[in-house]
Amino acid sequence: MIHTQNVAQLQSLMTSGEATSRQIVQAHLDAIAQQNERVGAFLETFDESALQLADQIDEKRQKGEPLGPLAGIPVAIKDNLCIQGEVTSCASKMLSEFRSLYTSTAVQNLLDAGAIPLGRTNLDEFAMGSSCENSAIQLTRNPWNTDCAPGGSSGGSAAAVAARMAPIALGSDTGGSIRQPAALCGIVGMKPTYGRVSRYGLVAFASSLDQIGPFARTVDDAAALLEAVWGHDDRDSTSVNVEFPSLNISELSPIENLRIGIVPEHYGEGLDPEVQTAIDNAVQTYKELGAEIVELEMKHAKYGVAAYYIIAPSEASSNLSRYDGVHYGHRADNFENLTGMYEASRGEGFGPEVKRRIMIGAYALSSGYYDAYYLKALKIRRLIAQDYQQAFEKVDVVLSPTSPTPAFRIGELSDSPLQMYLNDIYTIGANLAGIPGISIPAGHTGDGLPVGMQLLAPAYEEVRLLRAAKMFESATEFHLAQPAEAP
Amino acid sequence: MQLTIEDVRKVAKLARLKLTPEEEELFVDQLGNILNYVEQLNEVDTENVLPMAHTAELTNVFRTDEPKTSIDRREALSNAPSTDGKYFLVPQILEGA
Repeated sequence: MIHTQNVAQLQSLMTSGEATSRQIVQAHLDAIAQQNERVGAFLETFDESALQLADQIDEKRQKGEPLGPLAGIPVAIKDNLCIQGEVTSCASKMLSEFRSLYTSTAVQNLLDAGAIPLGRTNLDEFAMGSSCENSAIQLTRNPWNTDCAPGGSSGGSAAAVAARMAPIALGSDTGGSIRQPAALCGIVGMKPTYGRVSRYGLVAFASSLDQIGPFARTVDDAAALLEAVWGHDDRDSTSVNVEFPSLNISELSPIENLRIGIVPEHYGEGLDPEVQTAIDNAVQTYKELGAEIVELEMKHAKYGVAAYYIIAPSEASSNLSRYDGVHYGHRADNFENLTGMYEASRGEGFGPEVKRRIMIGAYALSSGYYDAYYLKALKIRRLIAQDYQQAFEKVDVVLSPTSPTPAFRIGELSDSPLQMYLNDIYTIGANLAGIPGISIPAGHTGDGLPVGMQLLAPAYEEVRLLRAAKMFESATEFHLAQPAEAP
Repeated sequence: MQLTIEDVRKVAKLARLKLTPEEEELFVDQLGNILNYVEQLNEVDTENVLPMAHTAELTNVFRTDEPKTSIDRREALSNAPSTDGKYFLVPQILEGA
């Protein structure tokens, strides 16, 4: 079964001549044709262009021409990353017909590496949400239990990889939007250090927090995808110009005397007991691998969600002011004057969660409230970042659950925005502090739903993070579990 | 923090968002709940803490002053809801023009 193979396996199929890239792409398109109606991960597939690119790779390989590191490998793309000539909808009515004029740096880097965009995947509208239920286009269902949400906002990418419709996928993570759906879908998801991957061509949500990252079924594959997309880019002024180390972690050994920090306050109210058990077991596994466990005090961690839900909406209200019904996007049919046109177009084009966040942001930034809300949240942000800095003087990585619960039922949290926001309680800190984080499979509940474990490392220490994650992966078999396919 | 419907309408106006009466009602409660939750930030003493707008805290990122090609007019107008082929069209903005 080609479509169940990971990147390393697909590469060896191609180099040995057992399969062509065309066969690999076709196998994944077939899997999508079979699974997507049930899962709803993809909004559109690029059948024609994907097969064309595959043929080009196959031809190059036949001629012995040099090939990129991901040559011939299909990859799913979250639909908030621009691809020239294709629709980039952000799962919003506002952009349902918008066609990108240029290709995002992350996708261009993928193309340059020989990877093949397979299609665009569903998300919560403008990446605002934790369940994909805020998509204005369709529901995405968790492949492990289709009554459950896949998480979000990159739920389409996570479900696509979990359901073996794509071996790898790109997502974006503003408060946990890669790590949380990865956890809920039982795969690997990683948010790199802020500035590592260019945001050029990523539709902006909260610019100081947004970061593109990989989904995969193994740590090695996630590393391979990250290595292909990251790098300095002049077209993103927040792109960092630092050393980008090799991520060929299959050559790297486990970390000796690994020091793992755990935060006792993480294990309180709201944490599902089955998630707690899985994390306790994971800690035990690391101990058996020789790691030292250190209890940390993170005084300000509990304020992360509150600070985030001021900062992210504030940035969003500014970023989304560009949707005015003039240059692109939805324009209302009925209005009286220019202001009325703006208001009606935005009122019709945006869904409830996007409106909610624009409203919170506009409120927090408005005259008389700016100091009390926005500035206060930015100060708390610094305290949270400092807590992590101090923690990393004592430990190499910080371990926690990725999400307080396994996948929840579709509709279960949709009436309570605040409850939905609390899903991000463990993931938000990494975005506020700008540090890298990864979620890896760490167990299953009695009902067979996956549980994810999060590891965090200091800024620019992706290699350390991946090595620590791979130690656990190599010692366990949770990442090998596979959801049942549609007949 | 108790929001009123007038607060919601004022913010919607600032954000250029037309809300239905049902949305206004809903947001009074929902935004009020979120702001109540956020109130907990006031427990923290932030005297002498500098606000952190950005984690990379880069300043003055320059590039060389070289002209580069950009999108052309046809492309720029290609996603617009209303154009005359040369310009973006908007409703009349001056009275009596």
